[in-house]
Formats: sequence, structure tokens, C-alpha cells
Amino acid sequence: MKKRKWPETWQEVSPGCIVAGPANAREYLTGSWKAQHPVWDDGKCIKCGLCYIFCPEGCVRETEKGFFAADLDYCKGCGICAHECWPGAITMVQEG
Amino acid sequence: MAKRVGMEVAIAASEAVALCNIDMAAVYPITPQSHIAEHLSDIVADGRIDAEFVTVESEHSAISCVAGASATGARVYTATSSQGLMLMHEILPIVSAMRLPVVMGIANRAVSGPLNILNDHTDIMSQRDCGWVVLFVENGQEAVDLTIQSFKIAENKDVMLPTCVNIDGFQLTHMVEPVEFPDQKLVNKFLPPRKPYATLHPDKPVTMGTFAMGDIFPEVMKAKDEALKGAKKVVLDVFAEWKKMFGREYKLVETYKTEDAECVFVTMGSMGETAEVAVNELRKAGVAAGLVKIRLWRPFPFEEFRAAIGKAKLLMVMDRAIVHGGMGGPVSVEIKSALYGEKNPPAVHDYIMGLGGRDVAVDDFEAMAKKSLEAYRKGVEKDYEFYGVRG
Repeated sequence: MKKRKWPETWQEVSPGCIVAGPANAREYLTGSWKAQHPVWDDGKCIKCGLCYIFCPEGCVRETEKGFFAADLDYCKGCGICAHECWPGAITMVQEG
Repeated sequence: MAKRVGMEVAIAASEAVALCNIDMAAVYPITPQSHIAEHLSDIVADGRIDAEFVTVESEHSAISCVAGASATGARVYTATSSQGLMLMHEILPIVSAMRLPVVMGIANRAVSGPLNILNDHTDIMSQRDCGWVVLFVENGQEAVDLTIQSFKIAENKDVMLPTCVNIDGFQLTHMVEPVEFPDQKLVNKFLPPRKPYATLHPDKPVTMGTFAMGDIFPEVMKAKDEALKGAKKVVLDVFAEWKKMFGREYKLVETYKTEDAECVFVTMGSMGETAEVAVNELRKAGVAAGLVKIRLWRPFPFEEFRAAIGKAKLLMVMDRAIVHGGMGGPVSVEIKSALYGEKNPPAVHDYIMGLGGRDVAVDDFEAMAKKSLEAYRKGVEKDYEFYGVRG
């Protein structure tokens, strides 16, 4: 059974909307907010890691081959990685 | 029976807090609340109670500090007035949304500007919709009794909401009144230690003050609204238990000579006692006057209010605040909404009076009644009036 993220009805809301347990922010997939997502062109990427450093969400990771990719479950599509990528290896692509 | 003592009401309110086995208080002094802050600080410093008194740097910090402590499971108290309450505003709806049973004393004072330190109800009225239980007291004894009862109301498992006790600044806080303090052992019995729903503790971590967007936020608001409305029953239960243990009876809406009353004053706070004298004077002059005093302002006791006014044909509402750009004062607006849809509702005349400490004496109540009765008998419609304003 799929685990429910939050109460369905107002009667099920815990007093004060308290969540029983710590470190559950990861269950909230902020990736649903984005209007654009970043796409890497590994041919232009020089593996400097600036996208990894500047990502305010901390969702850019290094791949096995040393290139970079975003975890789209959490990427909000802000475009900071594309803005900072001076070799121009990252393009923001419209969702949908 | 406990001994009656003469005591300044602000001091008496902090003595009442001292009876409640609090764990901590954070109170930033502001006129006319300062004596509560100072005396409670003395009580803690003298070691009379085992509690922390946090000397915060502002009211925003005071309310934030007690909210944090309340989240750990502590029993907490704060108090403020006017601009201090304004500065707390950002945190007030958070405390109620987090369902933290903070108890706050408010020494009601006008809000700037112009700068004024004297009494009216503008401070609490501007915080009306923050989701707190709001009580008004009429004298020193009520300030003591309702402060103690507030902890029991706030901490009830079906309520878990912050509760404030409104004590008119100067008119009450600075008066020396006869007060009977309940026995500590009986208070302990009446108010057992708090049993928090959840606490911030590393052994059993929980997340408080969560993030909620449109997919859950409205459900949380509905749950809070239901909790506040449900608090009325608990307030009634607590009043009943208080009467049983301490003998003094409290009602959500108090009545004075309303049985056969044709015209009825509606008051909140300390002016109720003056209005009682005015009712007596009017009755001597052959006017069937009565008085209704609202004690529980939030949640508003609609049924009890409608029952309290009886068969009165004319209500004269005393509003110590103004809803700018609206239709009179906040009490009359509430009452008109309480009467909407009723068959043959009474006429509601609203008087905005006593602003910024302007005295309202027995003569003034009589003058307002005279004005209202004249208008009523002539069939003249009357909405609201700034009573006694020159010009």
C-alpha cells in the first residue's frame, strides 16, 4: 500500500499539524513546483562542479562518469545552475 | 474560607500565576502591564516558585520564547499591552496553529497613534482573529480566578489553544481591590500538571511548525476553527468545576436584571460594574433597563448571548474600540451577526465610547440610554455613534 503523505480530511489532522518523527522534509517532493528543468550537455561540460556548488536545493549530484545531473524529485527549476555554468553546458527546458 | 486581602489587580494577577505551578514566563514590561512583569519577576527571583523568568528584549521575543518553551511541554505565561501585543502579532496565529496552551494576560490599552497609554479594547480587537480563546474580566477577583482557570482551559486535550485574559489597563490593573486567593492545595487539585500532546525531546523526535501548502493548509485551518469552537464546552466545564471547588460562579455571558428588561446594555470588561449602577438608577426612574456582560469573546457564545438578552427590544452596545471603515465597533458587529435571521430581533444601538482612557461614568450610561430610548420610541433608526465626542 502506498504510504499517504498527509491527512486526507481535517478530522485526521494531528493537533498543531505535528508530524510524528523527524527528518521528513524529504518526503515532500518540491520537484513538483518547477516550470523548467535543467538538461546537461556532457560534450560541453568541463566537470568544474559549479552547478553542484551553486544549487540552492542541494539536488545536483556527480554521476559515476564525473559529469553532473539534478535529482528532479527535488529540483525546483530555478535555473541557477544554468546561469552559473560558464561553458554553457546546461539548458533549461520547459516542462511538459 | 480564604481571607480577603486588598491588593493591586496587576499584582494579584501575577500572584494568581504563581499559584499555577508554571515552569517559565517571559514577560516584557509595558505600561499598564508592567506591574505584572515586575511582580512575577520578583516572585521567581525570591524563589517563591520553581520557574524560569526569561528577561527577553521585546514582546516578539516574549511570545516566541514562551511558544518554544510550551512546545517542550512546559506550562508558560506571558503578559502584555497595546503596542506590545501589536509586536507579538506575527507569532499569535502560529501559537494557536501549533496548538500551544500559552496563557497571556493583557492589560488592555489604546493603540497608537496618537500615543496613549490609557485603556480601551483596540489592542485585543485587532488580534481578534488569531485563533486564541479570549476572556474578559470585570474586577480583581475575576482577574485572579480566570487567570487560574485559563491554564486549565488552554491545556485541555480537546482545546490545546492559547488563552488570553483581558484586564482593563489602569481601570483595573492599577486599582487596589479586595481579592480572595484560593488555597494552593486546592489549586493543585484543580490544575494538575500539564499533559502535553507531544513535546520537543530528542528521545522521541517530532516535527512541529510544519510546512503546509494549499494541499493541506485549509484542512489545518478547519481543524483549528473546530478546536476553537469546541473550546466553549470546555470553558463551561471548567467554570462548573471552579464553582464546585471555590464557590464563585462564572458564565459565558453574565446578566443583570434582564428578566423583565426592555432595554439592555451590553458591556465587556471593567465597565460592567459602572453599568450595573446605571441600571439601578434607570430602574429608579422607571426604565426597565438590564445589562448583559460578555465574558467569553472568542469563541463567541452565540446561543448563550441570544438567551441572555431575553425579550429585550433594544440593545445598547458599549464598544471600547472601532472597526474603522466598518459599521461601528467590533462588539456590535458581532452581535448583529448573532441576531441575523432571528425573528423580531431587537434594535442594536452602538456607542463607541471610553476610547484612550476617556472616563465613562454612571451619568454617561444614563445619557446613552436616554438617547437610545428616545430614538427607539420615535421609530428612528440608529446605527453607531461616537458617544461624548465634541463637535
